[in-house]
Amino acid sequence: MPRYFTRDHEWIEVDGPKARVGITDYAQSQLGDITYVDLPAVGATMARGDSVAVIDSVKAASDVYAPAGGTVTAVNAALEEAPELVNASAEADGWLWELDLADPVELDELLDAAAYTDFIAGL
Amino acid sequence: MNDLNPSGWRPSTGSSEPGAWRPTVTGHRALEQDEPLLFEIGSLDGCGVDFDEDDGAEMLDALPRRTTPVALPGLSEPEAVRHYTRLSRQNYAIDLGLFPLGSCTMKHNPRLNEKVARMPGFASVHPLQPQQTVEGALEVIAQLADWLVALTGMASVAMTPKAGAHGELCGLLAIRAALEARGEADARRVILVPESAHGTNPATAAFAGFTVAPIPANPDGRIDLAALLERLGDDVAGVMITNPNTCGLFERDMKTIADAVHAAGGYVYCDGANFNAVVGRVRPGDLGVDAMHINLHKTFSTPHGGGGPGAGPVVLSQALAPFAPLPMVVRDEAGKPRLIEDPAERTDAFGRMCAFHGQMGMFTRALAYILTHGADGLRQVSGDAVLNANYLLASLKDVLDAPFAESGACMHEALFSDAGFAEGFSTLDLAKGLIDEGFHPMTVYFPLVVHGAMLVEPTETESKAALDQFIAAMRDLARRAKDGDPALKAAPVHAPRRRLDETLAARKPRLVWKEA
Repeated sequence: MPRYFTRDHEWIEVDGPKARVGITDYAQSQLGDITYVDLPAVGATMARGDSVAVIDSVKAASDVYAPAGGTVTAVNAALEEAPELVNASAEADGWLWELDLADPVELDELLDAAAYTDFIAGL
Repeated sequence: MNDLNPSGWRPSTGSSEPGAWRPTVTGHRALEQDEPLLFEIGSLDGCGVDFDEDDGAEMLDALPRRTTPVALPGLSEPEAVRHYTRLSRQNYAIDLGLFPLGSCTMKHNPRLNEKVARMPGFASVHPLQPQQTVEGALEVIAQLADWLVALTGMASVAMTPKAGAHGELCGLLAIRAALEARGEADARRVILVPESAHGTNPATAAFAGFTVAPIPANPDGRIDLAALLERLGDDVAGVMITNPNTCGLFERDMKTIADAVHAAGGYVYCDGANFNAVVGRVRPGDLGVDAMHINLHKTFSTPHGGGGPGAGPVVLSQALAPFAPLPMVVRDEAGKPRLIEDPAERTDAFGRMCAFHGQMGMFTRALAYILTHGADGLRQVSGDAVLNANYLLASLKDVLDAPFAESGACMHEALFSDAGFAEGFSTLDLAKGLIDEGFHPMTVYFPLVVHGAMLVEPTETESKAALDQFIAAMRDLARRAKDGDPALKAAPVHAPRRRLDETLAARKPRLVWKEA
């Protein structure tokens, strides 16, 4: 399944009209130990670029921006008890939310894996 | 060593051989006394007061009485006094040494302020006393208000907000009231907040019901002017700018920004947290600011009181002044201060933020500070604060990365990053090392735009000798972090407790005492 990245360090994995979102491994390494994840509500709608989740770490509270607009269909409930999952597995088990995409065309503006790797190498 | 002690003679401190140390029976280490929790030293049947068993028992019998014990630790008065005194000795305070928390302006609290605040005419007034019995207190509020208006070049000031963030809320509620009066409150819902602004700004905007749109910083550490101008429009209620900003830099484009925001129909809120850098030199009113809070506990030397009591008066432009909250002290035609409490007298006021007129104890201290310094003294305050910060920056930038050192002189605080530290060593390690050196750490990991940020604000009240000692400690810690000294990872080793597991404390906080 295709996976895209944002310059705000979110990833989005697309499966037809559905997608799953998380933060990148680079993002979790910069945040340090994550202590709390505040997720959007199931059923919430979001536009691309909206600040929809907050990740608290020992260093900072950071907003997570929607890589694409749509309606939230599920959130990763495991993070409520175990926010450290984002540190351990940011790009797999530590996913944040799933959504029905409003407009898949929005994905065209995101980075692919190679472009994202180049982007963080320049930071 | 100094001129009074040229030989550097010191009294003997006895043996400091490492082998001479052994654990004590009590866990105390001389004057550094280990102190258990109240629940560990108190007892359920203990009580600090002798009650007469029969006194009032008949009255109590008529009332519902609890049947289970309250489970509070009973302590005698000396036990309670010693408990808190011992804890206080494990704490750091501005009266113990340099307190370099960036953006907090931890300056000395002059003792004359305390003397004035304790005068019974001020200390014993009650907010419900009739106005004619508290004319002196009202005059203090009015005089302080006059000074704040003069120093900021604004039209008016709301004195009641209780702290900086409360002041931010007051300013944004005034902006909302002004937009409502224009019939544009529903259309203008967005507050622009630059990345270089104070962390409380976006929280305040959201709490006041606005949507926050972040504006990036440019590589210099200042607001990206083009990005801000591009975002202006019919949906923008205003902008919140911290100036000087949290990178320790003066926002040079402030006037251009304010003019553009006004032309686009918005208002300019300025976070006044860093006013200490410019007091007596820059009047925010001249820069086009519509509202700004003033932390009396920063610039005007009232105590940082562990979360209170604070005072954050908000100065307002002509455009926002009518919407200031009540109660308000104004001067009548004869110059006599008068308290306005009745909304009928100020129909545009957006409401009330506090039950009473503000923090009287802070007002007296701040006015005492202002009157002892005078206009020329306040001008010297900002000059010396900026000089001290630049002395630190110049003395440390060869050993610590200073990301904006090329952006011009810093204002009242110097910003460093962890670039160049050995693999696995971070800002946190250096901060913990400062504890061993007897200093409160600086602000760390803020602002977010700088990796491993260390924000150091010395304030004007530190002597050169105090700064030199801090610089020596910082240079040694920077060297250890760059060399990867494993002992630094263990810091603090001289504090009452070793390094705590901050992650576990945040993930699984134990907020209530429970028997294990």
